[in-house]
Amino acid sequence: MNIVNILEEIEKVDGEIYERLSPRRSAMKDFYSMGKKIAFAAAPLALGSMFTKAYGQTLPTAVVGTLNFALALEYLEYNFYNHALVAAPGLIPAGAPTAAITTIRDHEMAHVNLLKGALGSSARAEITYAMTDFTAGGTFPTVYSDYVTFLKVACGFEDTGVRAYKGQATVLKGLSVLTTALQIHSVEARHASHIRQMLAANGATIKPWITGSATVSNDTGVAAVDAVYAGENLDVQAGVTITGINGQTGVTRAAAVECFDEPLDTASVVTIANLFLKAGNKL
Amino acid sequence: MKNNELKIKDELQTESLFNGSLGRRSFLQFAGASAAGMALIAAGCKKDRGYPTTAGATLDFKDDFGVLNYAYALEQLEAAFYVKVASAPPASFTTAQKAYFQDIQFHEIAHREFFKNALSTAAIGSLEVDFSSIDFTSATSVLGAAMAFEDLGVAAYNGAGVRIKTDAYLVLAGKIVSVEARHAAYIRDIISNGSFADLTSLTALGANNAGGLDGALTPDKVLAIAGKYIKTKINVINL
Repeated sequence: MNIVNILEEIEKVDGEIYERLSPRRSAMKDFYSMGKKIAFAAAPLALGSMFTKAYGQTLPTAVVGTLNFALALEYLEYNFYNHALVAAPGLIPAGAPTAAITTIRDHEMAHVNLLKGALGSSARAEITYAMTDFTAGGTFPTVYSDYVTFLKVACGFEDTGVRAYKGQATVLKGLSVLTTALQIHSVEARHASHIRQMLAANGATIKPWITGSATVSNDTGVAAVDAVYAGENLDVQAGVTITGINGQTGVTRAAAVECFDEPLDTASVVTIANLFLKAGNKL
Repeated sequence: MKNNELKIKDELQTESLFNGSLGRRSFLQFAGASAAGMALIAAGCKKDRGYPTTAGATLDFKDDFGVLNYAYALEQLEAAFYVKVASAPPASFTTAQKAYFQDIQFHEIAHREFFKNALSTAAIGSLEVDFSSIDFTSATSVLGAAMAFEDLGVAAYNGAGVRIKTDAYLVLAGKIVSVEARHAAYIRDIISNGSFADLTSLTALGANNAGGLDGALTPDKVLAIAGKYIKTKINVINL
């Protein structure tokens, strides 16, 4: 991560970045002096706080909205996995499965902290486990007692996360925070791939990538998560038909669906997220 | 090394014609060559200024076409690799692995052909690849290379996104990068189950485990890494 590059990138969309920074020179000074002391690993957090200081309360409304939306989803994901690990003993087999879910839980926590740091005082309120309902109003009553059900819900969360970040990309276009969002987005996709492999290892017919056909958008076999995969089976991209493109008969409709993940708009993601939030805590 | 020098010389000619010192600076990062060697070659090529090269592929990052051509170049590389693997997989690959490598092959072919069609007359030509460093009969070698390609592809898209000015292209890059990340996780899990998102192993690609962030690299850094697999000279300008 190169601070100079980031500032140059911001300057492209916000010509006043240096002026924003300069009256608050202490913010920059803090950052640079901190940079000498802190481990590289902590840089994004420090960076987040620097931007908060630089922009003060003037972080563009749309950007704040998108980052808070992402933060809400990360809180949901974190609580989902954390509860499974700390409060549902025996749900996840010891060894590789527990290690994998721990890795994923830790990433979600890191995303929460990163987004909170970037938003500063504009960060939305925390979503605690008590505000959630991962049975989705009784749709998944065994989510914390049946391992495969847990994995199915996890799969829905990760694939939703991937679609949600993709759906917000244009709001962040040209901003350095877009890069951060993309870096989170692809981690969610790695999670999704692994959860799908965990499902496959437990008897499901499912690929690491989302497949489909002209008539099937949801490849998980779980009808309750249809909304997560709505429109995922597109095979025309930017006006180009992907199936059989340029005489490539190996690029079947299924391959065409698999090789492009589709975004999901805010409203659709909110509808899905709200299924897992108790009344009074919905987005 | 000789090839590298040729590439370097070519680069310098291009940048001096089009770009001036700024382009040269970004090129220097790209080439990663020693300053002394650079100075010699730079001095040597001054007199060649009137003869810009037409060989190789030029990625002009002044607009979205440059970014799309950059993606096209990487997809060409990935597709070529998987076509070779899928045509004769290592003997120890399981039936399921062979099937998924077929899948990945067609995903990358689809990406490549998509960019070719989307770019139309603005598309760069076909790149010549160099896979001499990969032993296609060895599962270890093939999986290691596949992981390197996928992780690099993810970092490339993540790092290039901020350059994209058109909404539709930005979303398209997002649609592709998550599929590359799914590939990366799958291949990593074959090599070592549970390493699907081992971000500490990706710090050289710009990942940050404390932030839960995947790799992200600028095009010059990506091309410096990918260069060993590409014979065609790639000229980078306006980066």
